[in-house]
Amino acid sequence: MADKILAKDQVAAFIEGLQSDRKVYAPALVGEKLVWSQVQGADDVLWDFTNTDLSPKDFFFPQTECMMRFVNDPADEKGMIMQAEPELDEERVLLNIRPCDGKAFGVLDLIFCQDDYTNDAYWRDKRDKTALIGLACNDPCPTCFCTSVGCGPHNQAGLDLLLVDLGDSFLVQVITERGEALADGLPEADAEAAAQAGELKAAAEGAITSGVATDKIAEREVLELFELPMWDRVHESCLNCGTCTFYCPTCHCFDIQDEVVGLDGRRVRNWDYCMSWLFTVHGTGHNPRPGKKERVRQRFMHKFKYIPLKRGGEIGCVGCGRCVVRCPVNIDVREVVNQMNQ
Amino acid sequence: MDNQAIAEEIRSLAKKLLADGVVDCVIGYTQGTVPMRDRPYFAYSPEEAENLTWSSFCCNNLANFARKRADKVAVVAQGCVSRSLVNHIVENQIDRDKLVVIGVPSPGMVDHNKVQAAVGAGKIITEVVEDGDDLVVKGKGFEERIARKTVLRDNCFTCVQRNPVIVDHMIGSPGDDTHGGDIDKVAAPWEKLSAEERWAAFSENFQDCIRCYACRDACPLCYCTVCFVDESNPQWCGKTQDEADVATFHILRAFHCAGRCTDCGACESACPQGIKMRRLTSKIEKDIRELYDYRPGMDPEAIPPMSVYRPDDPQDFIK
Repeated sequence: MADKILAKDQVAAFIEGLQSDRKVYAPALVGEKLVWSQVQGADDVLWDFTNTDLSPKDFFFPQTECMMRFVNDPADEKGMIMQAEPELDEERVLLNIRPCDGKAFGVLDLIFCQDDYTNDAYWRDKRDKTALIGLACNDPCPTCFCTSVGCGPHNQAGLDLLLVDLGDSFLVQVITERGEALADGLPEADAEAAAQAGELKAAAEGAITSGVATDKIAEREVLELFELPMWDRVHESCLNCGTCTFYCPTCHCFDIQDEVVGLDGRRVRNWDYCMSWLFTVHGTGHNPRPGKKERVRQRFMHKFKYIPLKRGGEIGCVGCGRCVVRCPVNIDVREVVNQMNQ
Repeated sequence: MDNQAIAEEIRSLAKKLLADGVVDCVIGYTQGTVPMRDRPYFAYSPEEAENLTWSSFCCNNLANFARKRADKVAVVAQGCVSRSLVNHIVENQIDRDKLVVIGVPSPGMVDHNKVQAAVGAGKIITEVVEDGDDLVVKGKGFEERIARKTVLRDNCFTCVQRNPVIVDHMIGSPGDDTHGGDIDKVAAPWEKLSAEERWAAFSENFQDCIRCYACRDACPLCYCTVCFVDESNPQWCGKTQDEADVATFHILRAFHCAGRCTDCGACESACPQGIKMRRLTSKIEKDIRELYDYRPGMDPEAIPPMSVYRPDDPQDFIK
């Protein structure tokens, strides 16, 4: 699909066009935090930022999500019959999503929507109704390592459009049909703009100086990795808190609970995390991941061995670096994965 | 002594303790992979002890890692860590005979969130160098000099016991115990508010909580075999982001720390969302001090006030 050009003096009109029949969200600085926030007008939109503190996965997989409701009364005619929650009643655009987060949703699609029987209605509904307009990173952070995990600062996977900041204008890379519709009316880009974007891409990729090696992880058997002596040390400082998983754009585990207050009942799913003791404890009291070592190992094995093994080599990490920055004890995924690959 | 000299002494002492077989492990800090995040480190050999460091960014409470260990450990302990070690001894979580305390006078630790705010939210900091009383903060396209004392952690600013309370090997000589902040002036900013205003302030303070439990897991006091929020049979606390569930966690956790909290600030340092947990725990610490004349972590022989009943216990708060 042909690339388009969005002149910077046309950005306000472009955003207004997006807003005509959908809600637009974009990263914004609120106090000291970079958060996702609904855009009222073009002036709200931040163009010079690193990435939001938390990933935007909450748009598709809210931390707390009511799935269905019921009347908690067997005597009631409709009692104990689950009523599905209504679907999302709006179309949305996530503007200026970073390529790593866009890619993360592509990875999560493979997990939430595998086939007819594993096709998460809640995830699918929100994904279908949300367009993703990416903003390429021209100035990556020192904690970014996207290029070594099948992603990159200009990566298009998972996005509908990708904007590349050329100075006076944006090159609009059209990736999907949905994106094509959003960019309808914009003038086509010339070869010079595409060449300039290519140079920016190469420069951004070159600016990413840290990475992980995964070639040996791919070759090794699960059990060999599972039994590496390194796991005896990696977990030592881990607090087993949920910071890494909750900030992670690809962590997707949840816990489903039925909550009842009087006659009102609801089934709700909440983010859960493999660092937690409770995550795996059985009704018998047995816990197959009894200690910190087993739980820490699970997180890295899941992302870098189990997901690639089951999803055609796709790594369950997009290199956004949020866990590196946020971990209270600075357990650095890059160090851990490189140890797994030694 | 500056931090580099202290780090050097920590390394040589740790090497000796390990080489002589006095301890099996030295728990200290090592340099992290991102600025202002020095991290817990476990040295089992003189070679590994070479990785130990000391800086203004040693914000994890190492007492958290020292309890219920089978081996004999030495712990690098500034004032707050030593108070938490004492608290563990009082609560029978650490056998004093299996603990060697490497005491270090604390310079007051730096709050990385304050440094970030000082240079501007969202700016990428690539390096922070300590230079006497200043920090030199470097990033893409900027370099700023910030006075250390303006970016200390809140608890370090009001600390009254920076020197370790128990010591087996002292590094350097004891420094000032205080930094000039008055805990009573800031401990309980909500005290003067009406109940409604207090709730509003509470709600605002905790609104960004994502329930990762980093505060709990970084806290040396939170060592229950099963935390009340993880109890499933029966389940005491909901799992959702609803305010009632989030508030239940924070309020109950704070109460569990009554008479035990040493105001080490590990909870706030660990919180990825920058939440001020101490707005609750500092008030409780103040109450315990005023009502029972007790400061947790100061005396290994002390009997904690919440563990005993005395007929003349203060009970004015029961209304």
